[in-house]
Amino acid sequence: MRTLLTLLVLISVTATTAQELPPLPSDYCHWKADHLAIDEALCGLKGNPARGRALAIDPHGGNCIACHHLPVPEESFHGTIGPPLDKVASRYTEGQLRLRVVDEQQVNPFTIMPGFYRDPRLANRVADAYWGKTFLTAQQVEDIVAWLVTLK
Amino acid sequence: MAGYVEMRALALGAAILVWGGQALGFEPVSGYEFLDESTRAMQDDEFENPGMVTVDEGRDLFNERRPDEEASCASCHGEDGEKLDPAVIARYPIYDEHLGGLATLQDRVSYCWENRLDRFPLPYDDPQLVALETFVRNKARGEPVNVQTDGPMSPLIEKGRQLYSTRFGQLDMSCYHCHVQHQGQMLRGQKLSQGQANGFPEYRLGTGRITSLHHRFGECFRSFRADPFEPGSEEYRLLELFVMQRGNGLPIETPAVRF
Repeated sequence: MRTLLTLLVLISVTATTAQELPPLPSDYCHWKADHLAIDEALCGLKGNPARGRALAIDPHGGNCIACHHLPVPEESFHGTIGPPLDKVASRYTEGQLRLRVVDEQQVNPFTIMPGFYRDPRLANRVADAYWGKTFLTAQQVEDIVAWLVTLK
Repeated sequence: MAGYVEMRALALGAAILVWGGQALGFEPVSGYEFLDESTRAMQDDEFENPGMVTVDEGRDLFNERRPDEEASCASCHGEDGEKLDPAVIARYPIYDEHLGGLATLQDRVSYCWENRLDRFPLPYDDPQLVALETFVRNKARGEPVNVQTDGPMSPLIEKGRQLYSTRFGQLDMSCYHCHVQHQGQMLRGQKLSQGQANGFPEYRLGTGRITSLHHRFGECFRSFRADPFEPGSEEYRLLELFVMQRGNGLPIETPAVRF
């Protein structure tokens, strides 16, 4: 009887402490990288370059400027952690840029760059407010990509 | 797809080289070196340094003898802590079986508070403990950090190193990314330091508060949208050990002034 009780307690403890995976957001757009690129737009959405530019410098948006130099002369204090994004579209195709925004770890597993549309279930010890959520929405990613491809 | 696998292998090799190289030729640099002239001057002048208020609070607590008590900290260690040995302070965190293994300076203060003064124990990072820690560590200002790295510390440092390079939160970043891989680079207007801990507890100009090391860890965790550990947790103790021994040789600056 005692053994049985111990077992039951153990099972319930294991059940409650095991980290539960959050469900994927219902509107999560599944994507697939091929040859280090995502050629299809997320959910087939169309990006808006003007909104993308605004998101890139918005500290509560994509905040690309925190780490990258951007061709946005009216802003000061551009970051130097990542490569400059000036003329980035002459170095990468749209699909390559999309993968780098979505999940740079697929390109460089040691990168500091957050995956802005990475599968949120892969993140570790996420704060409750962000649990199971992507950093940006699919539309925001497409807006940023639409702006990046203009940087030739 | 073969190209992709090769690239990953190449990136892995490069990262091992970088990590190894930094471990071999690593020179610790205090956050002080990343400050502008006026902030350095503020830290150096004991009347200008706002953290000295906390040192004074700590001194008052050090000398406080409650009505039914026979002794204060000062009874053993001197009114101004003059009997404390700066070389011993510089060795924290220490390994002490009597204190249950890995022990921070705050653990040591807390031990006296509870056992020598027979007071009700305070939670980790209680403002009174932080003030006492600030006062005591300030006694060793200028003394080089000298944390033990061999013996029982060695496996604990390895655990700390693993936590240091573990990705956390929605931003999926580790301490290592900012403070090793990208130290010296600009995060917008802020230059990334090595994240050295030789000035803790430190006064932060941004918040206007004295800030313990464990509180600072919490701020970093929140900035990458991670669920922070508790002050005094095993994880933060191991991180403290790893970060402190990484700065062995740097002068203690408590209370440092930082942004």
